[in-house]
Order: sequence, then C-alpha cells, then structure tokens
Amino acid sequence: MPSLIEVAGPAAPMLTPNINTDAIAPLYRPATAGSPRPFTQTDEERAKNLFAGLRYDLADDELPDFVLNRPPFRSAKFILALDNFACGSSRESAVWYLYAFGIRCVVAPSFGEIFFDNCFKNGLLPLVLDAATIRELAAEAATGADFTLDVRRATLTAPSGRTIEFTLSDFRREALLTGADEIAMTQRREAAIAAHQERQRRERPWVLRESAK
Amino acid sequence: MAGRQSIFDKIWQRHAIADLGDGFTLLHVDRHVVCDLTGKGFVELEKRGGTVRNPELTFAVADHSISTDPENPDPRFLKNDFVVNLRRQAARFGFTHFDIGERGHGIEHVVAPELGIVLPGLTVACADSHTVTLGAMGAIAWGIGQSELVHILATQCSVQRKPKRMRIRLDGTLPPGVYAKDLILHLIGQTGTGAGTGHAVELCGTAIDALGMEGRFTMCNMTIELGARFGMIAPDETTFAYLAGRPYAPQGALWDRAIADWRTLASDAGAEFDVELSFNVSAIAPQVTWGTNPGAVLPIGGCVPDPANEADVAALDYMGLTPGTAIEGLPIDWVFIGSCTNSRISDLREAAAIVGGRKVAPNVRAWVVPGSTEVKLQAEAEHLDAIFRAAGFEWREPGCSMCLAANGDLVPRGMRAVSTSNRNFVGRQGPGSRTHLASPALAAASACLGVIADPRKLRF
Repeated sequence: MPSLIEVAGPAAPMLTPNINTDAIAPLYRPATAGSPRPFTQTDEERAKNLFAGLRYDLADDELPDFVLNRPPFRSAKFILALDNFACGSSRESAVWYLYAFGIRCVVAPSFGEIFFDNCFKNGLLPLVLDAATIRELAAEAATGADFTLDVRRATLTAPSGRTIEFTLSDFRREALLTGADEIAMTQRREAAIAAHQERQRRERPWVLRESAK
Repeated sequence: MAGRQSIFDKIWQRHAIADLGDGFTLLHVDRHVVCDLTGKGFVELEKRGGTVRNPELTFAVADHSISTDPENPDPRFLKNDFVVNLRRQAARFGFTHFDIGERGHGIEHVVAPELGIVLPGLTVACADSHTVTLGAMGAIAWGIGQSELVHILATQCSVQRKPKRMRIRLDGTLPPGVYAKDLILHLIGQTGTGAGTGHAVELCGTAIDALGMEGRFTMCNMTIELGARFGMIAPDETTFAYLAGRPYAPQGALWDRAIADWRTLASDAGAEFDVELSFNVSAIAPQVTWGTNPGAVLPIGGCVPDPANEADVAALDYMGLTPGTAIEGLPIDWVFIGSCTNSRISDLREAAAIVGGRKVAPNVRAWVVPGSTEVKLQAEAEHLDAIFRAAGFEWREPGCSMCLAANGDLVPRGMRAVSTSNRNFVGRQGPGSRTHLASPALAAASACLGVIADPRKLRF
C-alpha cells in the first residue's frame, strides 16, 4: 500500500453526521442509474464517482454548490465531517474513491468501523477529533487554506498555525509510514498458522474441513 | 479468566494466533464467504502471484450483481463479468461455488447458515457488512473490506482489534403482528445508529430466547446499523435443532462432540461487559422508518417528527415528508420483500398470511425475492408463490435485488417503497428512491392497501 508521511492541502467541510459509504461511493451517477456496473474502474473514474449522487445532476453536469466542486476544495486533501462517517456498507471503494480524488485524511468524531480499518490498508488516515474542535477547524477551512498532517509527529496543523496532537498506535503509525504489506507480514507467521490449524483439527475436528468437496 | 468470560471472549481466545501489539490480534478465520462484487479480490491475489491458502474453508456465491428477473434473457449471466470471473476463479483456486440456479445458491448470509457452513464457535468473515447476520449462530462473524478479503484468501487469518463488549438484554413477549424486524428497528431507534460502534454486541433476554433462528438472523443482521461490526446470540437448543442434518454440519459422533462443546460457549454468569443495556419489549408496535438512516423510526401509530437538526431537514426533504403527518396511511408505489434481513421462509410465510385472499393495490408494484434457491423451492412446495402471484406480486429469482440496486433491480426516482431490507440511505434502492424499512408483514399489508399499513388490522 502507499505510505502516508506528510500531506498539505485544503480541508473540505462536510459537517453532516452519518455520511454513509453508499453516499461516498455510490453504485451509479444520477445519469447512469441502473446501467451495468463495470467490473473494474480506473482511478480517474473512481475520482469522478466520489459522492456522485451529491456532485452531479441528471444530465451528469456538476452541481456548483457541492463543496468538492468548488475551486479551493477540488484539490482537497482533507474532509472534516461529523459522527459516524462512512457507516454502512463495507465497500472499500469508499476509501479508493476518496484516495483517487486526493483525500488523504478524514477528520470526524467517529467512523464506521469497517471503513476505519479499510483506510489503514490504503494509506489514508481516519482521524478522530471531538465535534467542537472539528467545527472550529471547519471555520478555518472555509477559506480553502492549507492544513498539514504530519504522521511522524502525529500532528494536524490548521491554517492559523493551531497544531493538534493526536495519538496513533505504533502498529498503525508504522503501517502508514512504511506502507506496510500486511499480507507478507502475516505470511511470515505461517508456522504459527499451521500449528493453530493442527491443534484445532485435534481438539475440535468439526471446525476445519479436510477438502473442498 | 475462567468463569468471567463472555461468549465473544471465548471464541476470540480460541482463534487468536498471535498478539501483534497495540491491541491487535492475528485471528484465524474458519469460514470465508465470498460474493460476486468482491470476487475481484481473486484478481488482486493473482496479481500478487498468491494462492488461496485454504480453499476448503472458502465458499462463493453470486448475489449482489445478478438480476432477479425471472425473464432475464441471460439466465446463466454469461454477460455478467462478476459472475463469469467468480466461476473462473472457483475452478482455478478450487473453492466451492454455489452457482446460479443450483441448490445452495442465494444471498450469502441466507445460504451460509442454511447449508450449515456457519457453526457455533466459529470465526466467519465475508466482504459484506451484513456478515454480522451469522453471529446469530453463536459465531464471531464480521464484515471486511477488499484488502482484508485478499489477506484472508492468502493467509486464512485476519488482523483485528479486539472490540469492547456490549450486552443488550431484551426481555418480554412480542405482541401478535410484531416481529424480530420491529424489535431491531425499535432498538436502533432507541439507541441511535452509532451506539454499537467499537463494540461486539451480544443480544440476550427472553425475547431473544423465544425467537426462531430466522428471527435471530434478522436481529444480528441489523446490529451493523447500530454501528457494531460484531453482533451475536449464544447458541441454544433452537440453534442446535436448526443445524441438525444440514449438509455441511457435523454428523454422527462428531455432531455429539460438537454440541457438547457448543454448550460451553454461552457467556459465563460472571462475564463482564463494558456496556449493558436492557429493554422490555412487550409493548412495542410494528415499526417503520421515516428518514434516511435506520434509527429514524416510528411505531406505526406515530407521526413524522419535527426535524431535530439540519440532517433531519434534509432527510424530510429527500423523503418528501412533512412533520406531523401520520406515517400510517402514507401512499406508496413499491413494496420489496427480500434481502439478507427478511427473505427466509418464515418471512415469506408471515407475508403470505397477510396477503392470502387479497390483491396488491393498483397503485403499487410489489416484489417477493426469496433469499435462496432453497427458500424459493420450500415456498413453492407450500404454495406461497401461488398466494403472492394471485395477489399480483412478482415472484422473483433469489438475489440481493433492490436492497442495494447493484443489479438493475431498483426503485425508480421519486418512488416511495416499503422494503424489508436494512438500509434506507439516500439513493440506496436507486437514485432518488424513498425507502421505508419494515417487517415482511407490514410490507405485505402496505402492498395490499396501497399505503403504509398496520398488519395487525388485517390479521390479528
């Protein structure tokens, strides 16, 4: 996965609770409702489809009022949101669409848990801050000035220079800084996995199956 | 700590392979169910040059992307890349794929327990948030993303943070015409959609004990709408009776050994929970949602509330509702009976008991989408399909259908639907669709009357 070390850019305020993954990564744009879903998409298409239900009209034209269609926020690196951001469906496309658009950090008081974990597999930071702080940051964000995230120091700096320190477990921090390949890390524990399966077969023989048929 | 463990702790401990530090554990995954939309994970696996570590623990079914139209001109879905690829990958990697039209095919969370693939005490993962449904079997079952799916294919393990524990006790007797769906909607309405975030939720109490397995699946299915990635119910005699003789369940002496083990899984009397909630459910009425999250719910006798915040204003606008309007009697256009929440045989029986001898209102288009081939055949053996067809319902093929509108089945823009599915999000059933979540009985009553209707007035 890509690493995330430092990033600077505008923060788009979307101060609504319960922004779900259906809204972040909808299956269609309004103009393409019901058409067959493509098996794969390019990053360009993912970026275009982010928040499509809110970003485009029925003619597939951009809605000028939607925050990510407005000039300073077209290059947003951050989203500021309220409770339960990215609740709902497990679709990892919610992370991929945000990432393809350029978002590297979403700040919210709480997150849908599957999305939260998915972020760390893709070099995107879901940052938990309290709602009052987020509202203050949103006031600063309105001008489109740059926020800066420093994962090494675990700080978020607002345009005013206000710096917020946050905590990030070593496990998560290392993964972001190094772009860790979690699969390769787990495969290095193959002996322990095999031993677990062997013990399970002995103690509870109904748990694992012997063959695929 | 013997004598103080919850069921979640016990199963977690059995599956912990390594402590990764910072609260993370490498957890063995006993069953991995893969669906069509996430079958792309195999492409990622191939790119890595990897293989499926345990194909015998991997099961696949195409459900999200397929049309449920009985007249579909491409019945084998040879033009559907999701299905075609899943077939190809099953052959290549050697895992079991229940193909369309075969017994075993259907919505993943309907077929996995129906076949006995999910058992008490197991860990089960699937790249779908409603995998939590399977926790009703007394298993730890959770939804994952695509990256985690590839990780499980390659290693049969998952990196997980141990969540906090929450126990929700639901005591009392559900009145006639009130079902598991009403119970879970009521609960989400009481606690809000974020109450379970960060927690593994155990449901218990006399109201849960009295539910059959299918009602328990409905309950656990929607714990994700409480924010809880994990929801579960301890296995009991109801669980064992449901599982006995299922194709993938243990048989003979192994069955007896398994049952003896499963009886030890329930939370210990001294088990500790981070949060405990308790409700009496004897007085709840049929529930129906009014807004655009499942917590925006009313009893059928209720009125659309005044907006509490900007999000509510937007929800009312999207739903085309005015505060103070009685929810009962609101004209509707569509009814959808189906989804991993409510497409099992007991759901169809409850709906058919309302529909029998009535007609779908002329202003309504109504679908019944059975959850699996098995459910469909059973319903047809009981002539439930005949009851639905005679009333004017469309009797469809199994699949996720218009729960998420990923397959051409969708509620048209601006149309108002009563749906037995699990999410009333903006655009969930199709861009511009307006969804009211409810039980199969309430959906059936609404189809017949052409308005949001109280099933108790038609039957009880």
